[in-house]
Amino acid sequence: MKAYIQAISYHLPERVFTNDDFFSLFPESLNHKSNLKKIGISERRIAAPDETASDLAVKAAEKLFAEHQISPLHVDFILFCAQEFDYYTPTTACIIQSRLNIPTHCGAMDFNQGCTGYVYGLSLAKGFIESMACRNVLLLTASTVTRKFHPRDRSSRFLFGDGAAATLICTREKQGIGQFVFGTDGSRADRIIIRDGGARNPITEASFVDISDEFGNTTNQASLYMNGAAIFNFGLKTVPTVITETLLKNNKSMEDIDMFVFHQANLFLIQTIAKKMNIPDQKIFNFVETVGNTVSSTIPIVLAEGLKCGKIRQGYTVLVCGFGTGLSWAATCIEL
Amino acid sequence: MMTLEEFTVNLEKEFEGVEPGSFTPDTHYRDIKNWSSIYALIVVAFVDLNFNVILNATDLRSTNTIRELYDLAVQKHV
Repeated sequence: MKAYIQAISYHLPERVFTNDDFFSLFPESLNHKSNLKKIGISERRIAAPDETASDLAVKAAEKLFAEHQISPLHVDFILFCAQEFDYYTPTTACIIQSRLNIPTHCGAMDFNQGCTGYVYGLSLAKGFIESMACRNVLLLTASTVTRKFHPRDRSSRFLFGDGAAATLICTREKQGIGQFVFGTDGSRADRIIIRDGGARNPITEASFVDISDEFGNTTNQASLYMNGAAIFNFGLKTVPTVITETLLKNNKSMEDIDMFVFHQANLFLIQTIAKKMNIPDQKIFNFVETVGNTVSSTIPIVLAEGLKCGKIRQGYTVLVCGFGTGLSWAATCIEL
Repeated sequence: MMTLEEFTVNLEKEFEGVEPGSFTPDTHYRDIKNWSSIYALIVVAFVDLNFNVILNATDLRSTNTIRELYDLAVQKHV
């Protein structure tokens, strides 16, 4: 039996942070308003102070069950991808099992991955299913990264939003998830990092000393730091190669792909990659304007919205590609 | 390959809010009003799409004028 994506739903927190909100906090950015439009984001959602990544994931799963008439009784493995877990121990996926009334005979596992998390999750789900370990994997991706922003970090506050997605991966005879390409470059781990507060560097007074870059973005070592220019270059350099490798590994050509779905880092980067790769506009679907970069949930959100509006259809071959913190990258071809 | 003059005119078009015709090869492009990180990304994308050359922050800092930027792109172009 082969693994395939049966259904996808997603959930966003209630609070909306619009560009008007952004410009009222950072009036100096009004000078770049017209150029910022190229980023393609007009609003994003922000988790409530007491709302965790797992809370968002549970709501996404509940939507999945309701929207697609899926019973939680059928789930026999939960994969939870996040970077903000409820406790050091136990595994957050175990708590999610109980909250969703999924039977106790299921497996449950957390994994920590950022913008490549969804593709990693598909790979894990495929492995579990095609090794006959289980039949119905609930893949949950969630992010509340906005909580780790320095209040004066303009770039991050413009780009990112919180959210979660739920995907059910099941079995069928026809292949649904193809071969994977993975890549990792830990030598560039410091390009997107929260330095202090983990096992390596405890939080100290020095963690809260402000650091500003040449463009006036401010952060500190207890908050997210992202070298936007380096990540932009990484995307431009890496993604075209990954696409080529993924096509080769799946024995497909560009023409065989009905739709390309990239991690929604920002619209300008995706459009530049598309131009570089000569991907026609009708073969790219994006959904970032009203959600921002939701880290590991951007790809399933695009897939869900594409399926909803008909831009992506059952039977399509879709190349999905994630890239970001790690640095890491991953891609595959899926047959819907 | 794109000439310096074409490079100058086309780069100017990429920047919203810049008065048409205000760029010359000797314009210090990083000194333009409201230069910000988004402008830097626009320059990187523009050079990549036209020369298949990905410039990093050090590359950008090593150039001041549009002519210097163009020369660097040409030099790195294989």
